[in-house]
Amino acid sequence: MTEEADIRVGFVPLLDSAILVSAVVKGFTREEGLVVALRREPSWASIRDRLAVGALDAAHILAPMPIAANLGLFPLSPSLIAPIAMGLGGNAVTVSNAVAGELRDAGAGDTLDAGVVGRALRDVVVARRARGLAPLKFGVVYSFSGHNFELRFWLAACGIDPDRDVQIVVLPPPQMPGALAEGLIDGFCAGEPWNTAAVRAGAGAIATVKAKIWRSSPEKVLGVSRPWAQENAAALDAFLRALYRAALWCADRANHEELARILASPRFINVDPALLMTGLTGAMEVAPGRTVQVDDFFLTAGKAATFPWQSHALWFYSQMVRWGFCSHSPHNTLIARDSYRPDLYRRALRGLGAPLPGANLKVEGALVAPTLVGAANSSLVLGPDGFFDGHIFDPDQIDDYIRSQMDERVSG
Amino acid sequence: MRDADLSILVIDENAIRAQIIEEGLRAAGHARVTVVHEIQGVARTIERVSPDVIVIDLENPNRDMLESMFLLSRSVQRPIAMFVDRSDKAAIEAAVEAGVSAYVVDGLKQERVKPILDMAISRFNAFSRMARELEEARTELESRKIVDRAKAILMKSRGLSEDAAYKLLRSTAMNQNRKIADIAQSLVMAAGLLEG
Repeated sequence: MTEEADIRVGFVPLLDSAILVSAVVKGFTREEGLVVALRREPSWASIRDRLAVGALDAAHILAPMPIAANLGLFPLSPSLIAPIAMGLGGNAVTVSNAVAGELRDAGAGDTLDAGVVGRALRDVVVARRARGLAPLKFGVVYSFSGHNFELRFWLAACGIDPDRDVQIVVLPPPQMPGALAEGLIDGFCAGEPWNTAAVRAGAGAIATVKAKIWRSSPEKVLGVSRPWAQENAAALDAFLRALYRAALWCADRANHEELARILASPRFINVDPALLMTGLTGAMEVAPGRTVQVDDFFLTAGKAATFPWQSHALWFYSQMVRWGFCSHSPHNTLIARDSYRPDLYRRALRGLGAPLPGANLKVEGALVAPTLVGAANSSLVLGPDGFFDGHIFDPDQIDDYIRSQMDERVSG
Repeated sequence: MRDADLSILVIDENAIRAQIIEEGLRAAGHARVTVVHEIQGVARTIERVSPDVIVIDLENPNRDMLESMFLLSRSVQRPIAMFVDRSDKAAIEAAVEAGVSAYVVDGLKQERVKPILDMAISRFNAFSRMARELEEARTELESRKIVDRAKAILMKSRGLSEDAAYKLLRSTAMNQNRKIADIAQSLVMAAGLLEG
């Protein structure tokens, strides 16, 4: 790490570090006059600790992490803000070959449809229990992750209690394919390239994807140390501009092969570039030799893919309450909402001609088709952005939303 | 409860560093020290030894898994927090810089944890220093070998004495403002290419 860096940024080697990595490697940060020191981190705990002590100024982090940090839910909780998202989507749920077979027999067919696969999974869970088998074990990458919350949301909506009917354990993403092959877990929810890696290794098959559970939903954000952001407003703005321009570059199909090569290099993810192409193009290899084109698998541009919607923050917060990570109160709701900073996104990008949504929050799941919405600078199309079960999340009605999910849990 | 009664769990994949820390803790009078090298099965170890303090390498990729266990009341009865007094920023910074991560049972007093943490930090630093010195010694040895090979090439190709060959290498290095080992490396590579 160089002494003279303007900003020290951590990342975990995953496909969705694409915006951050290309911002630096393709010179977007240099064009903004910034010297950026990138530091690869082995765990989310390590990133969080380095942010807490000021050894990092910002990092590519899981979307729920700034909220959890500001609510003081970590052993060591830095004060963080999220002024930009690192794209939408990018995860999948991969299951072992044995479970994939049971799902097929239970009527999941060849679809990635979260409702159809989820109903089949419920039947598999029930049948396994009747046969006296151990509950299925699923790996997620972190407790406060989109993976954990979307997996739990999906299971619960399909009538599977994520705490009683299955077991959820935490594993580092690169260990998922091996753990699946060895039978230590029966499935996992993780980002790319680890689903593709598991399929290519013959360890399992992709059952469904994040885009089918909650379409156009956030996965990683840029978490920024709040004190650093306050003292370095100009550098932060410049950095956000560079990230936005990198996000456009990443979204251009003509750049995907180069992007895959960059990310695959030993300095970053250190894998075969082919493992990254599926996630970039959305042509997911769901089982050996079977490819399914997934709409909006991983978006870095368009549909306000980098806008830090406060409704996203509040949905993650609602799930933290739902699964007992924190208590619900008006105070906590405000902490969660204000962890995401669309005002800083607008401040930085105003001059770029980027479409800037006028609202800070939206009703999640309201758009069933691509819809033209009001935005400053240029026209903006959002959606579809639905939850697979057809429910909507209205951030103004968060009390009711949380209550109905908690009631469901008690009665279920 | 005396300090010697504190249960301390050290998780480190590096067996040598773990041993260094364990010895330090025992020398300081801690009798209940448990060391594990693998995260596999650590939940059972935690249940068995019921640690007051857990020390783990900050860079261990399994820390996320370890922390998730703390969230599950099944494996750890009491909530665990990193450092007793979160306001002690200097101590936390020193730990992170040294690569030490520590988890401490809530309610344990700062003055009882501080010496353990200080010990872990100094032992981690000592280990890093040792590893660095070993690396330097290895590089030094390799440099000497490569210079010897370069000298041999010059002696053979130019008919120089060993002393004259060394002087030629040194003056070339000084003129180019480079290290002798770098010049020797270039020469050995060039010779290899010409021969090949």
